[in-house]
Amino acid sequence: MSAHHPAAPVGGKLFNLPVMICGLLIAAMFAVLFVRFIFGLGAVTNLNDGYPWGIWVVVDVVIGSAFACGGFSVAMLVYIFNRGHYHPLVRPALLASLFGYTLAGVGVLFDLGRWWNFWHILWPGYANPNSVMFEVAVCISAYITVMWIEFSPVFMEQWGLKVQKQKLEKVLFFFIALGTLLPMMHQSSLGTMLVVMGPQVNPLWQTPIVPLLYLLSAITIGYGIVLFESCIAASAYRREIEMHLLQPMAKIMLGVLAAFLAVRFGDLVVRGALGHALKPSLEAFFFWLEMACFVAPYFIVGTAGARRNPARLFVAGCSIMLGGILLRINGFLIGYDTGLGVDHGWNYFPSIAELLVTLGMFALEVLGYIIITRRFPVLPREGAAH
Amino acid sequence: MTSRRNFLRSCLAGGAAAASAVLPETACARDTLVRPPEGLGLLYDATLCVGCQACVAACKQANENPAEFTAMDKLWDTPLDTSGHTFNLIKMYRNGTMETKDSELNGFSFMKTSCMHCADPSCVSACPVSAMTKDPVTGVVGYDPDACIGCRYCVAACPFGIPKYQYDSPTGKIGKCELCRHRHKDGHYSACAEVCPTGATLFGRTEDLLAEAKRRLAVKPGEWTTIPRGRLPAKGETPEQAAQWKGLVDQSYQAKVGNYLQHVYGETEYGGTQVLKLSAVNFQKAGLPDLPPKSSAATSETIQHTLYGGLIMPLAVLAGLTWVAKRNVVPEDDEASKNQKGGQS
Repeated sequence: MSAHHPAAPVGGKLFNLPVMICGLLIAAMFAVLFVRFIFGLGAVTNLNDGYPWGIWVVVDVVIGSAFACGGFSVAMLVYIFNRGHYHPLVRPALLASLFGYTLAGVGVLFDLGRWWNFWHILWPGYANPNSVMFEVAVCISAYITVMWIEFSPVFMEQWGLKVQKQKLEKVLFFFIALGTLLPMMHQSSLGTMLVVMGPQVNPLWQTPIVPLLYLLSAITIGYGIVLFESCIAASAYRREIEMHLLQPMAKIMLGVLAAFLAVRFGDLVVRGALGHALKPSLEAFFFWLEMACFVAPYFIVGTAGARRNPARLFVAGCSIMLGGILLRINGFLIGYDTGLGVDHGWNYFPSIAELLVTLGMFALEVLGYIIITRRFPVLPREGAAH
Repeated sequence: MTSRRNFLRSCLAGGAAAASAVLPETACARDTLVRPPEGLGLLYDATLCVGCQACVAACKQANENPAEFTAMDKLWDTPLDTSGHTFNLIKMYRNGTMETKDSELNGFSFMKTSCMHCADPSCVSACPVSAMTKDPVTGVVGYDPDACIGCRYCVAACPFGIPKYQYDSPTGKIGKCELCRHRHKDGHYSACAEVCPTGATLFGRTEDLLAEAKRRLAVKPGEWTTIPRGRLPAKGETPEQAAQWKGLVDQSYQAKVGNYLQHVYGETEYGGTQVLKLSAVNFQKAGLPDLPPKSSAATSETIQHTLYGGLIMPLAVLAGLTWVAKRNVVPEDDEASKNQKGGQS
């Protein structure tokens, strides 16, 4: 186990331009949500009988939670694969995950048509263990709780709760194990949610091994998002980029990505579904776009030399994130068609109001990240990085 | 070297979890469910349907659904598809000059759109809160708004596009045909079958309806035969059993048999449905999906139970992860333990 680099609050003013912009976006979100809760989903969204799920489910929850996999991916590296020197990345990654997941959990409520019944999903009398969504909901709820426990030493440190912190740290290993298992379970299940939709999902994304694809891609996205966040945080706070950590992590990321691509293509070949990628269709176009985003990192940071360039690491992180976005949007929206054999002409493109809510949720995450990193010990103390 | 050994061990733990995702169908495999023997359903015969939409109006009335206006003058109910407020609709296949009924070329045909009451419904499997249920005796796929959270996974899951959400309401429900189960206790069967003037929609036990459908398929096209209307009496039905239903027992009449495709839609699709359909025009062209005999619910639940059956797999992985994490997690100010582990970095 490595020596830990102490974390420290970044400090600085809380009222600045980024915070103001976040505040504005959050206010716009609440305005839309007010209308949604008074007049119903149809008043603000472009959801329809052909596309019952829009971006609030696919982006805020399915993609949002995958983006929140940084905490899980890094914690797995540090605590499970015993790569202790990545430890300075744990807290910032965990913080981003914490917000990502908590808001994905809250975001679901906006989309639920009968939201006041939401507790049924965790209530034995109602729960349906055959439902993939039940599994996702239980795991995500448990994971949010576990993450707050994993993160609570940060608050205890700040508030001087030394005794409580020591007590918690004696059992923290169990929560870390649980915090590795739960995202593995529900990230795979997010993919399994497609299975019951059967032939309505294009064969390019409908496969019995979809849980493995979603799990592997979530781990990869986790590393991609750490690259992205580290670069952003370093640039925004004018700090040194933790290149000595990001470089080797990028290499690990490429390894997991290779496993993902092997499974992705192997599955398409075995099922004989590759033909769908060769038809001149919107689905095929988006499939190749998804592939391009997943393959691009090998060209961007494939060599050790290229990995020494922070800009390249940042772009590679973005590329992986985009690939992950496309895998999920393609499965749930672009490759989903309830056409019933004849063209019903169902279309979906998010309304401005829907986009405002999704933007507002991201703004809430950014705002939370700024406030907590400025006031609580999350990022490594400047100067202690080497 | 502790770390390398740990690394390999944990690789195994992670690998086991990953491998579990690609396990072939094992003992946990769940077969496609079959129709309950006494299951109720409908037989829709497109060749007998005259497109009068009496069943649509009766359905609206029986389920207290409002009219949906899509025409400028708002004179009558004109839904364009089934919706949260329209559970049953007669659609039309059209081709070329539309001269001949039940002809694929230059012809037209009708098709009823409503819940198929699958033997193994995707909506029931998808619903996280058991708001969608399948009655073990009648096989009716019912909906309970008091349980529903409005997640619309049932809407996304159904290959027939049947459960629909009421987007126009802040407290919207899911709307779908429940075979008028709320009227059964009063002796009324499905309103659409009750009012159908030609017997194109017939209510009964699915097994009897399937036998009736096969009887029609066996008759030479154009020959006269007896067509029942309203409710098809169950095979070997006693007068007491018959008495639970209102209406005339025998409303049958003589009609010419249509030029059917030799296929009862719903006999095998997704493991069978309790609503069956006959048509002279290709079912896919008339708007029904081409489905395999294996249900998606079976595939989905097989994956789900292979991974989580009895929580054995998650608990085993958790045990492995806990063991590894206990060795690797060092309390941050516990110097003694850090030194003991050898602290390589």
